[in-house]
Amino acid sequence: MIELRDVHKAFGPNHVLNGVNLALPKGESMVIIGGSGTGKSVLLKCVLGLVTPDKGEILVGGAPADKGSRDAFLARFGMLFQGGALFDSLPVWQNVAFRLLRGAQKRPKDEARAIAVEKLRRVGLKPAVADLFPAELSGGMQKRVGLARAIAAEPEIIFFDEPTTGLDPIMSGVINELIREIVVEMGATAMTITHDMTSVRAIADRVAMLHGGVIRWTGPVSEMDATPDPYVQQFIHGRAEGPIESVR
Amino acid sequence: MTLTYPFAVLGRQVLGFLAAVGRIAIFALTGISHLFRPPFYPKEFLTALLQIGYFSLPVVGLTTLFTGGALALQIYAGGARFSAESVVPSIVAIGMARELGPVLGGLMVAARVASSIAAEIGTMKVTEQIDALTTLSTEPMKYLVAPRLLAATLAVPVLVGIGDSIGIMGGYLVGITRLDFNPATYLKNTREFLEFWDVASGLWKGAAFGFIVALCGCYFGMNSARGAQGVGRATKTAVVTASVLILAANYVLTEVFFSA
Repeated sequence: MIELRDVHKAFGPNHVLNGVNLALPKGESMVIIGGSGTGKSVLLKCVLGLVTPDKGEILVGGAPADKGSRDAFLARFGMLFQGGALFDSLPVWQNVAFRLLRGAQKRPKDEARAIAVEKLRRVGLKPAVADLFPAELSGGMQKRVGLARAIAAEPEIIFFDEPTTGLDPIMSGVINELIREIVVEMGATAMTITHDMTSVRAIADRVAMLHGGVIRWTGPVSEMDATPDPYVQQFIHGRAEGPIESVR
Repeated sequence: MTLTYPFAVLGRQVLGFLAAVGRIAIFALTGISHLFRPPFYPKEFLTALLQIGYFSLPVVGLTTLFTGGALALQIYAGGARFSAESVVPSIVAIGMARELGPVLGGLMVAARVASSIAAEIGTMKVTEQIDALTTLSTEPMKYLVAPRLLAATLAVPVLVGIGDSIGIMGGYLVGITRLDFNPATYLKNTREFLEFWDVASGLWKGAAFGFIVALCGCYFGMNSARGAQGVGRATKTAVVTASVLILAANYVLTEVFFSA
């Protein structure tokens, strides 16, 4: 469904991606792991068209992701941002129903609100939250609202950017469970970037490790612990000693 | 250091400046082009109109009221040197309509609105809300920039028109209470000497200044660097650039309107 071929991206002298090759089949949940500053978010933004690669090709549904096909791609896409990225000026329900209140998927206001309230319920939030503003919510609640917004228009593809960063372990577990349930329930194709190994084990069908601007290892999550790749072993066990320099 | 070093520094500065002008011009044209292509966001436009127009009324009104009063006192004092005190009503009216109404109105709106737009959009950028808009199939230039450009271009001339009236009223109040003008004579002189083009030129200036204010706020907000410092710098740069551009545009428009 999504394929990256030899994708390069540099910011000045800093070469972040040095030839990334990665394929994400339809209906699969892929988690990309890697240390901070290894280019996971840049990779995600390249797929979304928010960052233009210097070289290489990104295919969506077999076709190059140019402006036209990317618009079609975004129309069936949802994303949970690391910080929630909720719109401060809109109440929670309008954040969730943003796509349903304008553009090609526009619905009547009452219907959009009903869908928003249902999606909020799906992520464990009460209807009373619908009329609050994002600033009135805790970090965990904001993540849930972000998740509700990501799934509001029943997307076929969902990206999760560091879904558990900044949350306590219990809330992280709740979010991981929700993500897994939603991905399975909707049959969506999911790409998650994280360095939280608990999330990896809870969410992933397949894992890819990004290091040095390339995919160092990729395989099913069940094979992750057994791989002899020293980079993966150092990362998943959180060792200071190994091929990955601990001070970057 | 070689002899050519100062020229290299100067060249880099000039090229940097020209590149910045080019980027702002492309940004402005892109914003304008989105005004003519659907989808349109009327609710965003009306909200911007309210924020830029209605909520700027008190600050523009107070500024022009005091300026009109001070202008009357100055013209009276200056005119007394050659026995021309009677020109106070006409000079206050012409000065407010042609120059002080649009320029002071534009500068006050720049201080209030360019800063607010740059801070709002800059914060949206650093908290990934702009990226979120894109992923929700909403073009940020169309949703955030185009409505603000249109709202400011339409709202500031109205503010200028109201500001002109309040400024002239300020001059009138000072004229009849402090300078012993007859109220009917003051109003008659104001009406007789004020021409249509005096007011219309000020309103055109207001439209240009409104566009400049929104353009600077949106451009520097959309290009804000990360963090609180980045947003702060974007806000400051938006206000300073808008103010300087308003004064420069005022000179150019005055040349165009009145030099013939």
